[in-house]
Amino acid sequence: MNGFSFWTIWLRNARVWKKNILATLIGNLGQPLLFLLAMGYGLGRDMAPVAGLTYLQFIAPGLVASAVMYSAALETTYGSYTRLTVQKTYEAILMTPLGFVDLVLGEIVWGASKGMLAGVIMLLALPLFGVMPSPWVVALLPMLFLSGMFFSAFGLIMTALAKNYDFFNYFTSLVITPLFLFSGIFFPVQTMAPPVRGVLEMLPLTPIVSLARIFCYGRFGEPVLMKIIGSLLATGCAVWLAGYLLRRRLIQ
Amino acid sequence: MSQTISQPESRSDAPGQPAIVSVTGLTKRFGDRLVVDNISFAIQRGQCVGFLGPNGAGKTTCINMLLGLVEKSAGEIRIFDLEAPRFHRDIKARIGVVPQADSLDPDLSVEENLSTYAGYFQIPRRLARQRIEELLHFFALHNRRDEIIEHLSGGQRRRLLLARALLNEPQLLILDEPTIGLDPQARHLIWERLAILQAKGTTMLLTSHYLDEVSRLSQQVLILDHGQVVVQGEPRQLITDMVGLEVFEVDGTTAELDALAASFRQCNATQERVGDKLYVYAREDCSRLVKVLGEAGSWVRRPANLEDLFIQLTGRSLRES
Repeated sequence: MNGFSFWTIWLRNARVWKKNILATLIGNLGQPLLFLLAMGYGLGRDMAPVAGLTYLQFIAPGLVASAVMYSAALETTYGSYTRLTVQKTYEAILMTPLGFVDLVLGEIVWGASKGMLAGVIMLLALPLFGVMPSPWVVALLPMLFLSGMFFSAFGLIMTALAKNYDFFNYFTSLVITPLFLFSGIFFPVQTMAPPVRGVLEMLPLTPIVSLARIFCYGRFGEPVLMKIIGSLLATGCAVWLAGYLLRRRLIQ
Repeated sequence: MSQTISQPESRSDAPGQPAIVSVTGLTKRFGDRLVVDNISFAIQRGQCVGFLGPNGAGKTTCINMLLGLVEKSAGEIRIFDLEAPRFHRDIKARIGVVPQADSLDPDLSVEENLSTYAGYFQIPRRLARQRIEELLHFFALHNRRDEIIEHLSGGQRRRLLLARALLNEPQLLILDEPTIGLDPQARHLIWERLAILQAKGTTMLLTSHYLDEVSRLSQQVLILDHGQVVVQGEPRQLITDMVGLEVFEVDGTTAELDALAASFRQCNATQERVGDKLYVYAREDCSRLVKVLGEAGSWVRRPANLEDLFIQLTGRSLRES
């Protein structure tokens, strides 16, 4: 058994992606960049500093994290669902020596890679807005990949449960959009009333947004390790659940 | 060694040569529904076995169990003398599958479809390129290598599915309705290619509702109904034993057919009335009765075929599942 055979599925997805590269990049990066422009530059000019940062500086790292989330989650919902149903790509793959584990890993790692790429492009774009990341930003990259794994697995869970494309409206409206708005990208979670803060800190994007801000500016005011361990555990659970549910759907 | 000498290699049932596929007591339940009920069969090396049955008979479930896409409820499956599903990775490395539903990658070109699939089998790149070249020529697709799948005709897609199934030089080829929906030209081209593969000794498992296709390609048939094996054996032999030598199909009024039915009782034959039609399945030469038929309206005399056997064993009622 070859532990890396899932890589061939990753390569298949990359091959298709290369053909539509511009559309996917604009689709994934348009929103965070526009938010950075409208909220950071537009709204932020007249606002008092937040947590010692200008508003633009405050929201920029969180928007990087959100780009990862959107890109990964959309890939393993709309993209994976198309491969599962319309295109029967999974069926074709399961007729080869590749097994179920390869399929799940290939899809999740692919979604995470796309997420990571969106995050990296966002990071590279930050200097255009006058945001200069610290060298610590390198430590953020594995965190972005981890977050990509989580949201890609989350998306695949939705795909395994979906009856049609409309099902993903629940996911985007009830999960992804609230996470985008309430994970501390636009306001500091730490200054909220304790019960609210407790809830918001449990959201899966919150620790990544905090870590993004910490590593982006090299300002270590909060405990880092707990956030990393929490994210690792959540990702492990999501990957396992995605595998369990997709297997149940594919193999009768 | 001495055993190999005393046992000619061509004998597929020789003890030294296990069957390519051997299935014992295979059963599948979906909830309360028994879809495959205690099936046993074997496919010997180099044979083409036709897997027949009305819709819902359990053929596809059976094939999917061989491939591990459906979990068996009970029974034993051995392919290449390896236990399934435990050794599925090794087993599937040596199987080629032409699925009933088109699962080509619409985002990729003809050639990319093949090279991506070769990647799943981890065929080294240089070898893959060489095989792809051969297969594109073998299936007359070399002029369309850069074409997007959407632009291919039905026949070209099927040929590409076949080419894809042969990338790993499979020892067992599973063909699920390989010519469904194709025009006669396209079907004949595929049959011709399959005959070449058979001549090279590829073992095949074929399902099809086109019984002329099965007669052409299979040396053995296995008819399933309601999840059970109704009959299995060599098709010509089964037809002769169970249907007869030839069939008379006569159209006429009830009175005419009643009269004819009486005359045909002089001959060793079974009869069947379906609406305004009389079918006579003759077990001996009934030529002497042709003069009686001459007076009837319209009639046909033809050799008994697999379709007669199929209808006889599984009935005429529609199966819609």
